[in-house]
Amino acid sequence: MTATLEAPVPSTDTDLAVRLGGVRKVFGHGAAAVTALDGVDLEVGAGEFVCLLGASGCGKTTLLNLVARLDEPTAGDIELRTSRPAVMFQEAALMPWLTAARNVELPLRLAGAGRAERRARTAELLDLVRLSGAGNKRPHELSGGMRQRVALARALASTLDGRGSGLLLMDEPFAALDAITRDVLQGELLRVWRATGSAVLFVTHDVREAVRLGQRVVLLSSRPGRVVREWSVTGLAPSEEQQVVDEVNAALREVISSHAAA
Amino acid sequence: MPRPEDAETTVGLASPQPSPQPSPDGELDSVGAGLDALDAPTGPRPVPAWRRFARAAMPPVVAIVVLIAVWQALWAAAFWPEYKLPAPLAVWQEFWSLVPSGQAASILWTSLHRAVFGFLIAVVVATPLGLVIAKVPFVRSAIGPMVTGLQNLPSVAWVPAAVLWFGLNDAAIYCVVLLGAVPSITNGLVAGIDQIPPILPRVGKVLGAGRLAAARHILLPAALPGYLAGLKQGWAFSWRSLMAAELIAVGPKLGFGLGAYLEQGRALSEMPNVIAAILLILIVGIAVELLAFRPLERAVLRARGLGGLP
Repeated sequence: MTATLEAPVPSTDTDLAVRLGGVRKVFGHGAAAVTALDGVDLEVGAGEFVCLLGASGCGKTTLLNLVARLDEPTAGDIELRTSRPAVMFQEAALMPWLTAARNVELPLRLAGAGRAERRARTAELLDLVRLSGAGNKRPHELSGGMRQRVALARALASTLDGRGSGLLLMDEPFAALDAITRDVLQGELLRVWRATGSAVLFVTHDVREAVRLGQRVVLLSSRPGRVVREWSVTGLAPSEEQQVVDEVNAALREVISSHAAA
Repeated sequence: MPRPEDAETTVGLASPQPSPQPSPDGELDSVGAGLDALDAPTGPRPVPAWRRFARAAMPPVVAIVVLIAVWQALWAAAFWPEYKLPAPLAVWQEFWSLVPSGQAASILWTSLHRAVFGFLIAVVVATPLGLVIAKVPFVRSAIGPMVTGLQNLPSVAWVPAAVLWFGLNDAAIYCVVLLGAVPSITNGLVAGIDQIPPILPRVGKVLGAGRLAAARHILLPAALPGYLAGLKQGWAFSWRSLMAAELIAVGPKLGFGLGAYLEQGRALSEMPNVIAAILLILIVGIAVELLAFRPLERAVLRARGLGGLP
C-alpha cells in the first residue's frame, strides 16, 4: 500500500542521526541574493536510509553540504548525533597520485591512526566493497564503478571508527554511471548499508532510484528548497513500488510546473 | 585482458529483460565481477627495455652524426677561414687536451656545483613563496605580477648590479642565479596549485584534513606536476643565469668555470676553445634534463595516468 505521511516519521530523540531545524541558506547579498533553502525541517533516524529528491536547483546539494559542514547555514540549526559524516560526491574524486588502498587509507592517516591499524581497516573496507584485489591499482586504472566503490570505502574510513552509528551523505553518487553499473552499485550500496548499520542521506533526481533504495523519500521544492512531501517506501511489493514511483513522479512534475507559472 | 568468452558470459548474464526489482544477489555479484573485468582499462603491452632504449636513443644519435658530417663537409669545403669554423676534430682535440690534467673536470665542477647549489637555495626560497602567493589573495595581488615580471627579465641584466653590490665573488653569482630561478619555480608552484580540481580540497575537508594536513597531503601532491614543470624551468634559468654571470664577471676570486673558459676562448681568438665551451654548456644542460628531470617527471605523470611522453 502507499503510505503518504502527513507528519514526519516519529522518532525518539535518542536514535536520531541528524536533525535539521528551520534551516535557511541564502547565497549572495541584497538584490542579488538567492535563497537556496528556506525553513527545511528534516530528521534522519539512526540507521535509516532517506532519499532526498528534487528537481535541479532545489538545493539538494546545498543541503548536503550544510550537513557535511562544507558550508554554514544562514539560519536554523543542524544537529549531528554521529561521528563525522562520510561524504560521497557525484565524481569519485580519488587522489590521482595514490593507489586505491592509499586513498582509503588517507582519512585514517589524517586521523593519526597507526600503520598496522590503517592497513587492517583498509583491507577490511576494500573487502566490504569487493575490491580486495584492486588495492594496488591507481584510480586511472579503475572503471567508473570501481572508482565509486573506492570512494565509498574511503568515505566509510573517514567516519566509522567501529563504535556508534555513522551517517553517510551521498550526492548523486551514481548519476554519471551507465545503467547496468548503476544497478550493480545500488545493490552494493544496500548491502554495505545493511552491513554497517549506518544512516544514509542520499540525494538524487531519479525517482526510481530513490524508491528502490530508500526507506523514506523526501521531496524538496525548488527555489527556495522546502520539504514538500514524504513517502515511506520500505517493504513495498513490486506492484506497489510502481504505484509509488508514479505518485512521486506526479508530485515532482507538479513542483516543476509550478515554476513555469511563476 | 578479458578473453572474448568472458565477455560473452557477462553480456549473456546481464541482458535478460531489465526489471525494476533488484536482481538476486548471486546474479548481481557475477554481473558486478564481469563489469569489473570488462571496464577496467587495459594498458598497452609493455615493450622490452632494450627496444625502448633503441627507440629513444636512435633518432638523436642519427641526428648528431648527420650534424657532425655536415660540419665536417662545410669545413672541408673551406667556405670560411679556419679561425671562424674549425674542424670537428680540432674541437675534440681542444676538449681532450683538458681532460688528462683534470682541468675539464675542474671547469665543469666549478660551474655545476654553483648551479646546483644556487638552484637548491632557489627551491628553498621559492616553495614557501609560491604557497603564500597561491593561497593568500592579498599577497597574490601585491607581488604576483612582480614575480611574473621578474620571470621575463633576462637575469643577465642583474649582473652589473650584483657586481656593484657584492663585488666580484661568489655572492654576486648566486644573487644572479637566484633572481633567475626563484620567479620560475614560484610561478610553477602557483600554476600547479591553481590547476588543482576544486573537488579535491573539498574531499580533503570532509575526510577531516586541517589546514596544514591539507597542504601536506592534498595541496602539494596535487600541485606536483605544475611544481615539477616550474622546477625544470627554474633549473634552466639558473644554468643560463650562471653562464651569463660567469661570462661577464671574470675575476680571480670567481674560480675558472665554463663561462670563464668560454670568455678565455674569445680573448685568445681560439675558436676550437669557444666551440668546446659552448658544447660543454649544452651537454650539461641536456644531461641534467635527461638524468634528473625527465625520469622524475615521467614517474610523477605516469602514476597519475597522464603524460604523452614516450
